[in-house]
Amino acid sequence: MRFISEFRRSELAEGLISQIHRKSRTPARFMEFCGGHTVTIFRYGIRQVLPSTIEMVSGPGCPICVTANADLDKAIALSQVPDVIITTFGDMLKVPGSRSSLQQVKADGAQVHTVYSTMDALKIAEDNPDKSVVFLGIGFETTAPTIAASILQAEEKGIRNYYVLSLHKLCPPVIQALLDSGEVKLDGLICPGHVSAIIGSHPWDFIARDYGIPCVVSGFEPLDILQCVDMLVAQVENGQSRVEIAYRRGVHPEGNQQALRLMEQVFEPSPAQWRGMGEVPDSGLKIREKYQRFDAELAFDIEPGPTREAVGCICGDILRGVKTPDDCKLFGKACVPENPIGPCMVSSEGSCSAYYLYGGSFGG
Amino acid sequence: MEDKILLAHGSGGKLAHELVEKSFVKALANPLLSRLDDSAVFDLSGRLAFTTDSYVVSPIFFPGGDIGKLAVCGTVNDLAMCGAKPLYLSLSFIIEEGLPQSGLEQIVNSVQKAAGEAGVEIITGDTKVVHKGSADKLFINTAGVGIIAEGIDISGSNARPGDKVILSGTIGDHGIAVISQREGLSFSTRLESDCAPLGDLVAEMLNASQNIHCLRDPTRGGLATSLNELAKQSGVSIRIEEEKIPVREEVLAACEMLGFDPLYVANEGKLVAIVPAEDADKFLKAMRRNRYGKNVAIIGEVGAEHPGRVVMKTVLGASRIVDMLVGDLLPRIC
Repeated sequence: MRFISEFRRSELAEGLISQIHRKSRTPARFMEFCGGHTVTIFRYGIRQVLPSTIEMVSGPGCPICVTANADLDKAIALSQVPDVIITTFGDMLKVPGSRSSLQQVKADGAQVHTVYSTMDALKIAEDNPDKSVVFLGIGFETTAPTIAASILQAEEKGIRNYYVLSLHKLCPPVIQALLDSGEVKLDGLICPGHVSAIIGSHPWDFIARDYGIPCVVSGFEPLDILQCVDMLVAQVENGQSRVEIAYRRGVHPEGNQQALRLMEQVFEPSPAQWRGMGEVPDSGLKIREKYQRFDAELAFDIEPGPTREAVGCICGDILRGVKTPDDCKLFGKACVPENPIGPCMVSSEGSCSAYYLYGGSFGG
Repeated sequence: MEDKILLAHGSGGKLAHELVEKSFVKALANPLLSRLDDSAVFDLSGRLAFTTDSYVVSPIFFPGGDIGKLAVCGTVNDLAMCGAKPLYLSLSFIIEEGLPQSGLEQIVNSVQKAAGEAGVEIITGDTKVVHKGSADKLFINTAGVGIIAEGIDISGSNARPGDKVILSGTIGDHGIAVISQREGLSFSTRLESDCAPLGDLVAEMLNASQNIHCLRDPTRGGLATSLNELAKQSGVSIRIEEEKIPVREEVLAACEMLGFDPLYVANEGKLVAIVPAEDADKFLKAMRRNRYGKNVAIIGEVGAEHPGRVVMKTVLGASRIVDMLVGDLLPRIC
């Protein structure tokens, strides 16, 4: 089976699009939680082909975007500690913190390495025994298991100079916080595909049950999203609310038990700071006491300084789905991908970046 | 012990002479180079094309090529994109001390092979060796000269509304081959760089018709960036269709994994041609006969509205803007 092109076939898309047009009668607002879905929606112009009854809003599912400035400042402060090598996924480099970015401190001589996996970071630690290697643990349930695995491997191999700054975020608690705020009214939720591949579809049950909102887990190809929208429309029209999976090739209702066990072994839930939403209880992951010596926050004495937010940036409102990039005075003028002011313009999965690159208002 | 390049190889003394004689002159021999004067001296008359480029690819060996082949092909292609017949190249090697001599020889051999295929001669060169850490193994700087036949006028500013946009083959092969080598990613099929000299392909196109408005090789920044350059230079819009753009399944898969868009991934053996609609079929036929044009396709056309903008019709029938690449391609986080 061709796993990519099969899910981009225009004749199949055409059929799904006309089916959605036929079915959809009731006005409905659907949120795609995940930044990866936002990108697919804009890259393929999905908003343009949906009927006028359906309104799509983008949610807070971009791990880089939701990382609070205070946490970014910690990472930047760590890069200034002598003999520390920061290892991170690439998107983090350009995100502006309160006063600087990792890209800027790198140009000034800080040791910041982009890696593709935690195993690369471990290798750097092994190759540089006289340095301290800190991995920036940013991401949702998708990345947390591999980072947990890296800590276990470091322990097993006796690597003593490897640390993780755990800034992980958990998705279900933040969706609950968003719904409880009452700011956004939703008629359907496109649940994240990769996150659900790890946690399964059951953690979304409470949304369908307690909030009466239809939920469908989606993949990332245009046909996945169309199928997901079609299933949401069917639930709306039939007055149902349940959790369904439109991404069977990636997601099992029970999730990935092995990955969940790794996460559970190394991390425990903790409160976390979200950009735009403040502190959300039990929405972060903290390294358990048993593995404390890998916790960069405990291992280094850093003073990140007071947190500052960029004046005029409305990334927080955009992440909550209450505003769109078009509502921002900076968007496309002072804030562009080559000179980003807010993180949603930096991350490849940020709403502002997707609007800007794919012409949100032009085609969307 | 393995022979390595030492600082002394770049000192201008005995070792340096030996290196030049043994590694370069012997492999690349031609009457102009072998004279070993301070300059290559030759006659040329007509309209000339002159270009320069530097090659810093990492790793220096990658599936489907190496930095030597890349340097020759890249320079030849820059000349060919102006409709010139590539003739002569210069090569300057900046070597980090410690590079194995065998690696250097292998690279010079691929220079020789690529130059042979492209029908060009390396007529002058230089070697410098720098301290460990001052370069990454090997950098190559080149210059190239070619000659443009009467009546040919190819420029990025010549696109006209109504013209067709032709792409010579699949996109993204080079960028993905290099990054998968660099990051140790492996796929079930081996993906190779498309690195190739396109002088012959262009010559065959010109034989079919001299009526080519623009040519560009979509290297760094990929197809999207080249099309944006052409749209801006010519003050026109370009509308392409996603479904018409050939991309290998393994490139699509790698792009999904890394969070890249194939439109922005580098190519080293592809060209984009903008030609009058009435001649498009002639070019398609001529290109299909060349080994580097087998997957040629018309991917779109030039319009007058929204000058400078590139718009793509997606597989869903919707439209979206295709902007230039901003910054580097970076891996995705989840």
